[in-house]
Amino acid sequence: MMRVTRRYRFSACHRLHAPGLTPSENRAAYGQCNNPFGHGHDYLLEVSAQGPLQPATGRVLNPAALDRLVAHAVLEVFHGRNLNAELPEFAAAPPTSENLASAIRRRLQEGWWEAFPDGEPRLARIRLQETRRNSFEIMEEE
Amino acid sequence: MLVTRRVEFSAAHFCRRPELSENQNRELYGEAANPHGHGHNWVVEVTLEGPPDPVTGMVFDLKALKEILRRTVVEPMDHRFLNYEVPPFDRLAPTAENLAREIWRRVEPEVRAAGRRLHAVRVWETEDFYVDCFGDEP
Repeated sequence: MMRVTRRYRFSACHRLHAPGLTPSENRAAYGQCNNPFGHGHDYLLEVSAQGPLQPATGRVLNPAALDRLVAHAVLEVFHGRNLNAELPEFAAAPPTSENLASAIRRRLQEGWWEAFPDGEPRLARIRLQETRRNSFEIMEEE
Repeated sequence: MLVTRRVEFSAAHFCRRPELSENQNRELYGEAANPHGHGHNWVVEVTLEGPPDPVTGMVFDLKALKEILRRTVVEPMDHRFLNYEVPPFDRLAPTAENLAREIWRRVEPEVRAAGRRLHAVRVWETEDFYVDCFGDEP
């Protein structure tokens, strides 16, 4: 069993603000990320796929197939965007990296079968790095 | 506890299957199918699992692990052309996946002989592509 990981980059701006909280509660929860004008990041995304090593190719997957899926399902959607203003996921929910990683995972899962119709490999892990100082990881169940 | 040691080596490779056409090889392996070859600064991370020794406070003697990696990986592979000089890549495409498994096969018996468990071999082919191998089976 083997796991293959590709790294991708995109840039986006956001503002962390929960509609259910008061202004002072929002400032307490999000600190400077609550700045009403917003701010941005260069996100680093790792997508891991897990599956058997195919003896014929020496590969777990064709990286070009994963690149096409990630470009279509993630990079074209999020790169160069205002997450709050342009993404339906964040019309109500704050675009924290936790929520962003979950949205990326959902979009990848939706396109996964079309990209990998054989059922192998499967999506195993997503790691989203917001800055060099923080990252967020979702592992799929075995 | 997991303990990881990292080594690097530089080597050339190409990925082709002789029974496939030029177009099929390009489709399957992309730029890596160039028959003249190209190279990478490969980064290998070897992770051992076990409890720290109660006397030394160490999971494994990292000097010994460094020596195992030098002898089994760096010495035979650094500044080599993998396809021509490092078996089994004379008959097996030296993809990052196959390289990770080959390194597992070289390192695991030595770690086991020393009474420890190899947890993973990670091979970075570029800064944006790496493979984790967790065992010998495909």
